[in-house]
Amino acid sequence: MWETFGFEFVNFYLIPGLVLGCIYALGAIGITLTFSILRFANFAHGEVMMIGAYFTWTAMVLSNDLFGVPLHPLVAAAPAVLLAIGLFILVDRYFYKPFRYASTIRVVMASFGMMLIIRSFVQAVWGPNQLTFVPGIAKPNELVKNFTASVDMMILVPNKHFWIIAGTLVIMFALSWLLTKTKIGKGMRAVSDSPELAKVSGIDVEIIVKATWFVGGFCAVAAGVFLAMDLQMLETTMGFRMLLPMFAAAILGGIGRPFGAVIGGLVIGLAEELSVYPWFGNGSLISPGYKTGVAFTIMVVMLVIRPSGLFKGRLF
Amino acid sequence: MDMLIGYSLYGISLLTVGGIYAILALGLNIQWGYAGLFNVGIAGFAAIGAYTFALMTTAPSSYHYGGLDLPLPLAIACAMLFSGLIAFLIGLICIRLRSDYLAISTIGIAEIIKLFLKNQTDLTNGPRGINKIPRVWEHLTEERFYTRAPMSWFSDAQGWENFFDALPIWWWQPFFCLTILFIVFIIYTLLEKAQKSPWGRMMTAIRENENAAHAAGKDVTRRRIEAFVIGAMVMGLAGAILSQHLRLIDPTNTFDPSKMTFLVWVMLIAGGSGNNRGAIFGAFLVWVIWSASEIFINSGLHIFGELVSNMDISLLKTRAGYLRMMIIGLLLQYILQKYPDGIMPESRPVQTGEKLKKGRI
Repeated sequence: MWETFGFEFVNFYLIPGLVLGCIYALGAIGITLTFSILRFANFAHGEVMMIGAYFTWTAMVLSNDLFGVPLHPLVAAAPAVLLAIGLFILVDRYFYKPFRYASTIRVVMASFGMMLIIRSFVQAVWGPNQLTFVPGIAKPNELVKNFTASVDMMILVPNKHFWIIAGTLVIMFALSWLLTKTKIGKGMRAVSDSPELAKVSGIDVEIIVKATWFVGGFCAVAAGVFLAMDLQMLETTMGFRMLLPMFAAAILGGIGRPFGAVIGGLVIGLAEELSVYPWFGNGSLISPGYKTGVAFTIMVVMLVIRPSGLFKGRLF
Repeated sequence: MDMLIGYSLYGISLLTVGGIYAILALGLNIQWGYAGLFNVGIAGFAAIGAYTFALMTTAPSSYHYGGLDLPLPLAIACAMLFSGLIAFLIGLICIRLRSDYLAISTIGIAEIIKLFLKNQTDLTNGPRGINKIPRVWEHLTEERFYTRAPMSWFSDAQGWENFFDALPIWWWQPFFCLTILFIVFIIYTLLEKAQKSPWGRMMTAIRENENAAHAAGKDVTRRRIEAFVIGAMVMGLAGAILSQHLRLIDPTNTFDPSKMTFLVWVMLIAGGSGNNRGAIFGAFLVWVIWSASEIFINSGLHIFGELVSNMDISLLKTRAGYLRMMIIGLLLQYILQKYPDGIMPESRPVQTGEKLKKGRI
């Protein structure tokens, strides 16, 4: 039973789907927060993910070349997170803030322009070609392999996937603590529900906005580094390719619902991977080339039948 | 003399591509300037037009579907119709979404269209693309065109061959350019008429205040779909002409969103959204800036390469291209903040009240 159905399904479809879902979830958290607190769809979010991964790569290369210390990507991500948050706050200050009280479409346009500015910047500095993030083939974790094989359910998970899933869980718990227990997190939820009311009750909206970019930038870089760890390489279009599934995840979970975004991300990630599983007969359900279309289809269906998402998000 | 011809041919090619972008900008102007629909999937609609035209006019090939060998004008009409049809289907579902959601949807649709073109290899030859697309005027020199009616009425194959051999190799370039400019002019005239008609005024009303227009009994959804479809048809037309200009199209590089979608947005915003003259002017202006900056940067790099010997500047050249894109992006941000109405702001027909004030009535 395990040999014929389970092995292939779990190892080649379910686990990759979960990993992809974690990456989408982290990206979607930032999108859903900016969407609900600043009230616009930030098209530049995927590019910040991408540039965060490039910063991490640079930190890894620099430390290896200058000091001879090979860094783990998650360690090298620390300076990248700071840079990406700084970038987000600078972009907000100079390109988004002038439109804060103008019609939404202006700031969407500005973010659309930002998307191409950041991507062109990366292409000009690091070049348009792929870079190797972590060399070599990722071997499955021996411990898990031997243990699961002894109970006749062999599971092959490379260490990078453990890092990604564990990292996502840690970030999620930290985020839930931040949003429910701290003053700034409560302020973020208040602004997301009603900016006018929050302002009247003495919440400094500008600080909340900065906190939003902080959380969004942190999650975006985490998602970008996890994605680069998973693919083991970097390319300048990786942020753009993530953008649509992340929007789909945010909309599926309901705008302004960070945990909805996590569920949405997992659903989209699993749906994309499971859509190519040979459910009927031998061929995959849909051609693998159209995998990216799955997220889009889910998003459009959701927008038409239930625009508030699964968890009653905001409607604008 | 040769140099003079060279310069004028460069000018003609600037006008040609500028004209294609002007058509795209006019199409976007219907959607954004008239109706306020935020479409960031321009590349997708242009790709539909380009591929429809290419598949209908190319000679039979073992790489892709086609060999329909249709007359060029018919194929252009089909490209427009097909682009409009796809836009209609999308419009039925997505047009009621709020601006942000429509933007996300259109960017997704453009990606899906490209995905389709990339994956249906038996239809479109996939990522390798379609080549030898006939170009208006130049196509007359191809044997499969001059051996059949109506060209065969005037002379036989040998006669035509001699005739074309006598012409300079670039003879078709001015004609191609003029044809495009003529098309720009026709679209411009039609759009100006539309804007001043009740339909255009209703469009502005819907854009400015949807609820008020709805309360006044206007069918908001239907008008929006109309604007979306007409705009997409114009974009499909531009795509068909672009495929003639390039003669080789592929889904990824030709319909790169930064060059097809983003540049068109910069053109329309810079020229003035809602103003057709502004859209055309913006298209030519941004295209000239875009091409001229390439020449300046490349010649600058050449001088740099001469000064620093043993330096391979080809790498710098590709990098400089991306830097240019970044500068164009910053230009858009600057215009958005400082001149949100563009160089030529939208001008509404003078109201009766204003006419009274100025003493014209």
